[in-house]
Amino acid sequence: MKTLSSPFIWIILVVVGGASLLPVLTNSVSLREDMFLMLMLVILASSINIIMGYTGYVSFGHIVFFGLGGYLAFFLMKEFQVHFVLAALVGGVGASLIAFLMGIPVLRLRGAYFALATIGINEAFRAFFTNFDLFGGSVGMFFNFAVYDAYGGAKSAGQFAYYAMVVLALATIATSFIIKKSKFGLGLMAIREDQDASMVLGINPVRLKVLTYTISAFFPAVAGALFFFKNGLIEPAPAFELHRSIEALVMVMLGGFGTVTGPIVGAVVYERLRGFLITNPTLSSAHLVIAGVMLLLIVLFVTAGVIGWVRQRVPALRRYLE
Amino acid sequence: MNIEALIASSIDGLMLGFVFGLMAMGLTLIFGVMKVINLGHGPFIVMGMFAILVMSQLGINPYLGLAIIVLLGLLTGIVVYFVAVHRVINAPELTTLLATFSVNMILIGALTIIFSTSPRGLDLELPSFRAGTITVLGTRLVAVLVAIAVTIALYTFLYRTRTGKSIRAVANNRGAAELMGINSTWILALSFGIGTLLAMISGGLLATLFSFTVLSGGGLEVKSFVIVVLGGLGNPTGALFGGIIIGLLESITTIFIPVSWVPVFEFVVFVLILLFRPTGLFGAR
Repeated sequence: MKTLSSPFIWIILVVVGGASLLPVLTNSVSLREDMFLMLMLVILASSINIIMGYTGYVSFGHIVFFGLGGYLAFFLMKEFQVHFVLAALVGGVGASLIAFLMGIPVLRLRGAYFALATIGINEAFRAFFTNFDLFGGSVGMFFNFAVYDAYGGAKSAGQFAYYAMVVLALATIATSFIIKKSKFGLGLMAIREDQDASMVLGINPVRLKVLTYTISAFFPAVAGALFFFKNGLIEPAPAFELHRSIEALVMVMLGGFGTVTGPIVGAVVYERLRGFLITNPTLSSAHLVIAGVMLLLIVLFVTAGVIGWVRQRVPALRRYLE
Repeated sequence: MNIEALIASSIDGLMLGFVFGLMAMGLTLIFGVMKVINLGHGPFIVMGMFAILVMSQLGINPYLGLAIIVLLGLLTGIVVYFVAVHRVINAPELTTLLATFSVNMILIGALTIIFSTSPRGLDLELPSFRAGTITVLGTRLVAVLVAIAVTIALYTFLYRTRTGKSIRAVANNRGAAELMGINSTWILALSFGIGTLLAMISGGLLATLFSFTVLSGGGLEVKSFVIVVLGGLGNPTGALFGGIIIGLLESITTIFIPVSWVPVFEFVVFVLILLFRPTGLFGAR
């Protein structure tokens, strides 16, 4: 593929992959836990960016796919002892299928109406899973520890989950890049700029949008499956937590809307910053206020995010930095 | 299934519905005038609750406190508008969503520092009214009367005063309103202030009915979205009816189905209305 001959994407993948190897090389469990969470946020932010940054559709409740994938996979692993990789993939495909079916009607809505509808969908699923006894209802489901025996105990299961998350993060980033560089991606950006004009140019917005929504649902769903596999417990509230979804939007904005690198940078910066604020004794109680002020300043003054700002300031980088 | 339980819960739901309607009116007014979905709505409601709490601790009667909240809300809204919204008023919706969300974070963070997140309640005793087996709590009755009074005041303001007419003009067509000599910046700021004060009054009323925490706003904000969509985005009358529908729905359906299923039903209806009746149940305004 011609797009993959670009050195840029390989640099990004090597950097992210290299950083992911650090915990393995240093054999540090706490670093691995941090990286696991960080990679998950990179996946969430990047996949939101695929639908929001390229197409302009603000999927506010995107976390719904994280929860759906998590629940589907967890059920398969718990009840049928399905291998976690297979279960996660089934969760991903299942969530994509749901995204496809919902996307056809919901993506007709524009602007604020779409954003509100995605919130409604997330809340509806959360309320449904709170009542759905097959999936444990409001108390959720938890693993019998025997589930981890198939992977050589809970400790090595955690390691496997980590490697899987690394692979998924790299796949998400690569997909994001390939979409952006393809004719398909150009079509999406045409929809973002002016949907009616794009139709005049022969673009079928419904097909493109639904396909994009389907793709962008896959990655968070698999991430959810891996997260809850490692967690050993799944409940409706953390699975469909709207706040996490909004935080992922903040990461995309922080790093740079519609860029490939932006969501990665945004996720890392946001998570580091939050970690720093929460652990700092004088700032910890004010962490929400400080994070809010920073977000406000970015939204008001640096609308393009970090990567977008760099691209504006250093024209020479525009050809390389996506 | 007895008829008295049905009547009792209908009255209960109807009364709660008025307060819900008032709560959602603030959100819908702001959207109607400036096409901004205010994600700071929940914290504004919570600010109303805590304003009442603080005033009652200072010995001020909660209902007298509502009058102070009107001023406080107006001022808060205008300040928030100029700090967070004005610069991005013409930007795509994502920007205003995030700007108001940052207000949400700042306010919730500040309130958490001041009040912590432990549950609070007002110690308020009013006589209740009894007819047969049906009891109407005094606090609820007063809350309904206040909600109705505020609604009437809002409509009188919007339809009978020059400033109110300017707000409606700006909502209809900002450019044309400016050509008519209306200072749209002040009208937008004022509208944001009114939206905020409505949220804060409803919060104050809700505080007299239920116990609350700093984090109560999240659920109420989402409920406001449902009500607003039910009544049509940007339509205050619709919001009032939407609130009554939700209030009735929540109290009556609990007789037939477990309480926890009510939100499932609510949100499915919410999405369906967005899809098939985006102007709300009561049609276009």
